[in-house]
Amino acid sequence: MGLRTGTFQENYAQDMAIFHTRLHWGMLFALLILLFTCPLFFSDRILTILTMMGIAVISVHGLNILTGYCGQISIGHGGFMAVGGYTSAVLCAKLGLPFWAALPSGALAAGIVGLLFGLPSLKIKGFYLIMATIAAHFIIIWTIIQLRSITGGADGLSVPRPEIGSIVLSSKTNYFYLVMILTCLATLLAKNIVRTRAGRAFIAIRDNELAAEVMGISLWSYKLQAFFIGCVYAGVAGSLLIHYISFASTDQFPFMDSVWYLGMLIVGGMGSTTGAIFGAVALKLLDELVTIAGPILSAAVAPQAAASLALISQGLIIIIFLIFEPRGLHHRWEIIKTYFSLWPFSHQE
Amino acid sequence: MTFFLQLVVTGLAQGMIYALIAIGFVIILKCSEVFNIAQGHFVLIGGYLGYTFLVPFGLPVWAALGMAIVTAIIMGLLIERLILRPLLGEPALAVIMATIALSTILGGLATLLWGAEYKAYHGLLPTITLKVGEISIPSESLIGLIVSIICVAILMLFFRYTKIGLAMRATAEDLQVVQGLGIRATTVYAVSWIIACVVGVIGGILLGGVSGANMELADIGLKAFAVVLLGGVNSIGGAIVAGIILGSLENVAAGYLDPLLPGGGLAQVFPFFVMIIVLIFRPYGLFGLAGIKRI
Repeated sequence: MGLRTGTFQENYAQDMAIFHTRLHWGMLFALLILLFTCPLFFSDRILTILTMMGIAVISVHGLNILTGYCGQISIGHGGFMAVGGYTSAVLCAKLGLPFWAALPSGALAAGIVGLLFGLPSLKIKGFYLIMATIAAHFIIIWTIIQLRSITGGADGLSVPRPEIGSIVLSSKTNYFYLVMILTCLATLLAKNIVRTRAGRAFIAIRDNELAAEVMGISLWSYKLQAFFIGCVYAGVAGSLLIHYISFASTDQFPFMDSVWYLGMLIVGGMGSTTGAIFGAVALKLLDELVTIAGPILSAAVAPQAAASLALISQGLIIIIFLIFEPRGLHHRWEIIKTYFSLWPFSHQE
Repeated sequence: MTFFLQLVVTGLAQGMIYALIAIGFVIILKCSEVFNIAQGHFVLIGGYLGYTFLVPFGLPVWAALGMAIVTAIIMGLLIERLILRPLLGEPALAVIMATIALSTILGGLATLLWGAEYKAYHGLLPTITLKVGEISIPSESLIGLIVSIICVAILMLFFRYTKIGLAMRATAEDLQVVQGLGIRATTVYAVSWIIACVVGVIGGILLGGVSGANMELADIGLKAFAVVLLGGVNSIGGAIVAGIILGSLENVAAGYLDPLLPGGGLAQVFPFFVMIIVLIFRPYGLFGLAGIKRI
């Protein structure tokens, strides 16, 4: 969408820049300063919500690369998060590895498992791939429960608080900073991955697989790359989640979460890094709203109303977005930006 | 040997119910090319509807079944009109996501109306006891088997001899020709959703009669997907054969392997292993049609 009138791009570097004007840079720094000063004026409860949002954003970035850019729909994202989470939990709790080593190992493990379950994607697509990834979720969770001697099975596994150097990340503030730094890095990386040769190949595969293959894009290599990258993101998110709660259990990775990440992507807008952030933040906010409204509704209507409210509102939001705003919040945001780029003389097409 | 045969027979009856549920899925897919992830939740609603009409309302079995079917018809109509109709012509992912969202909503409604509790109505369905040699066939399973066979037979006749059934088969074949002949495609879609809801609800009542209604009935839908994939997504006959194969395989595998595994619960994940294997080696299933791809 358009830049503000009077902003020109005179060479390739300017054209490719993510932030074009001083105003953009200023807004970025303002946002970062605002983000990193949050602990000064917010309570622990809000910090927890923001941390969870950060973790969701990382996870949805991965799903966005896999589903939004490469078109390989995955409803097993929670399962891949579980792989990352459990790997780093086991490395920390049983082998005593430091957190900074366990986190990348978890991510790598998730990526490798992702490659494994990505293999069917070479032959199948659409609904079949959805079924394969649903199967992946259940098989992963079942395997974790079966490997009782390593993962603690259904009883779970308690994980020590992460340490970086001599700092123990025991407070909510510490962990908030860790997650936010990683979220920013993940966003930067995601934004740049989709601008590389691989990113363009992903888009070509999404838009027309056969045409992409004819153009000389190796489907085999790029689809697996997309699975690997997407699942590495999931692994990081899962690992952060487990270490935040300090306890690994399969209950933290329910099947509905896998569906819900795809929902975040749809609400935010597929194939857009900004959209992934919008989606994750918007639906986590909705979750919080449900958590607050639930008890009130339970008292007023019926005790089970809270649980059903969460499910029904989630489903309704996704359907409403699919019918009325299929391009997601990201599209809405672009419209608003265009409106203000010519403000007050807007003339919309 | 007796143990093995017992497992096979029990699995067979269960597999027939899976097949019935899978048929609902295949009908929607054939007529409107929509992958209905919510099929399992129709089963869930069916299980609870069976409980509601049999226990609190205290209706006789035939009336309860009739009431459940009427509810299913209304449900099918509403779902098609409110969710699927606005999404006509949208990309496949959007429609699949919509059915996933529908499954969440149905799950939420079940939680709201029935409190996500276990509701048993064991023994209210008519029973037939049959014993062949050493093998006893559990009566609920036998009822399930008989009702499933009747339903499948009715559906077969419906598709062969009624006008709307023929229109549905034609729509599955070629939408443009059907529209050219003056058949309303939207009516066909509505009827396919109604049939899917009805078979789902009947399957739910049958399964509820065996093991009671609870939220886990929705997972049966996932097993039905394994059945569909194994049989080939566009083959009704394939769904029946695959349902029987999967039902007995699942029971045999669980019967022999569960004692060996520490965590157990193999029956729950078994269909997923089948799914992955089928998808890797034979993505179009046993009886499905391989697609031809053109640019």
